[in-house]
Amino acid sequence: MTARAFRRGTGTVLLHAAMYALAAVTVAPFLWTVLTSFKEIGDILTYPPNWWPKTFVLDNYVAAFQAAPFGRYYANSLFVALTVTAGQIVTCSMAAYAFARLQFRGRDVLFYILLGTMMIPGQVTMIPGFLILHWFGWIDHYAGLIVPGLASAFGTFLLRQFFLTIPRDLEDAAAIDGCGKMGVLWKIILPLSRPALATLAVFTFMGVFNDFLWALIVVSSDEMRTVQLGLAIFRDRYQTDWGQLMAASSVATLPIVIVFFFAQRYFIQGITLSGLKE
Amino acid sequence: MSAALFLSPTLAVFGVFVLFPVFFSFYLSFHKWNMFSAGATWVGLDNYRAIIANPEFWSVLKNTAVYTLGTVPLNMALSLVIAFLLNKRLAGKKLLRTMFFTPVIMSSVAAAVIWRWVYEPNFGLLNTVLGFFGVPAVNWLNEPTAAMFALIVMGVWKTFGVNMVLFSAGLQGIPETYYEAARIDGAGAWHRFWSITIPLLSPTTFFVLVMSVIGSFQVFDTVYVLTSGGPLGTTKVLVFYLYEHAFKFFDMGYASAVAYLMFAIVFVLTMLQAKYLKRSIHYA
Repeated sequence: MTARAFRRGTGTVLLHAAMYALAAVTVAPFLWTVLTSFKEIGDILTYPPNWWPKTFVLDNYVAAFQAAPFGRYYANSLFVALTVTAGQIVTCSMAAYAFARLQFRGRDVLFYILLGTMMIPGQVTMIPGFLILHWFGWIDHYAGLIVPGLASAFGTFLLRQFFLTIPRDLEDAAAIDGCGKMGVLWKIILPLSRPALATLAVFTFMGVFNDFLWALIVVSSDEMRTVQLGLAIFRDRYQTDWGQLMAASSVATLPIVIVFFFAQRYFIQGITLSGLKE
Repeated sequence: MSAALFLSPTLAVFGVFVLFPVFFSFYLSFHKWNMFSAGATWVGLDNYRAIIANPEFWSVLKNTAVYTLGTVPLNMALSLVIAFLLNKRLAGKKLLRTMFFTPVIMSSVAAAVIWRWVYEPNFGLLNTVLGFFGVPAVNWLNEPTAAMFALIVMGVWKTFGVNMVLFSAGLQGIPETYYEAARIDGAGAWHRFWSITIPLLSPTTFFVLVMSVIGSFQVFDTVYVLTSGGPLGTTKVLVFYLYEHAFKFFDMGYASAVAYLMFAIVFVLTMLQAKYLKRSIHYA
């Protein structure tokens, strides 16, 4: 082996060692959480701590679910996140279709206004948003968690850009066959836009499922709480009950990890798209 | 006509929950209103004056600035280095990327609960690891300087994956031919990094910087769960302050003025970055 090849070999080994060590440090808090959640209480509070549980027990999960209605929180979160996701797919694809294909006065101005709203920090609209929900009687109701999320400038933009890449010939043919505009969108454009729709769906689902501040403002009763709210309240109440806290955190993270595992590509696409300039 | 039909759901939601609120909170910022009384009373610039006269606002602004100055450079350096190395020939690249990305997909609430356990003074992961190196235990979340540091470290951990993805996309956009040409000219790895990667990545870097500053100015969830603004208000940030005034004290006018001041600060910061950095951006 030449000295140069040897140096390169060492470099490769060092690079791998460094990257895997960094990645391990990154996931360590999460792994430690999951392992802690399966430990018995005496096993948790030991110094120095041991990574692996002496015995795997589900006590913490049982206790957490008895102490707070996490099942209910879960149902709330899933219901809200799924409804908003489905709703956004409908509203964003309709708006995106109008911006991509229909001719009407003020189209481009309207589109740029919509894009411009992405620059407004959520804090500016938060207080009036809360007051509007209050006037509608939507505080502590699903409507308050769902309706404000039923449109998205990001989603409209993402789908519009994608629709623009679809050749018009197909639509023209469909139009000749007597297909209305709704039919064209539904039967031609949407089936061709699966990757963009998946990106929007994954992005929206994760965003809504993980949302905290808006839910904190809207929800006041225990049975309306989402998982994230429930977890935050739980942490206030059981400050040092680490086993239960780790069990609850693991549970609150699980669906997102599953979604991410299957749809990682789309999620990363969404982030990359949001970073496109001009 | 059909355009109106297609646009109406989006425009209705945006009109009610974005456009109207933008104007209404501006209106509110010149009024005194606790939302339970019949109407808002016009107070002119009083809310803004009161905010500027309130020493707590300045300490909150300082905390937010410290958090931003702490997280943004660390975050960008780390995500750039990782993206750069991930762009090299590596076994298990996908696995590595997923591992680095895990903190991003977690909810900030769950992440903050987890980090409370990491920072736990007696049995926590961090003090244990530091203990191996003979560092005495630190009460991370109960000492002012340590708490801000803890918040920053967690903030970087939680968000660097996003920037890593953005940098990765930027790096892949740099044509390989540039590197080959430089190699033929005898440029070393270090030289290639500074003369090709850094300048050609600058549009991405600019975007990442702007978004990271905006994001860290709006930090809330992790503060709420990790430190609740303590100890002694040393980690109380702008959005936390706004939240307290709006939803604890129900001082809607004052809170709206805080929101607008915050908007103005972020806007000015973005413009400053654009003005001073646009010149150093190179497009490939």
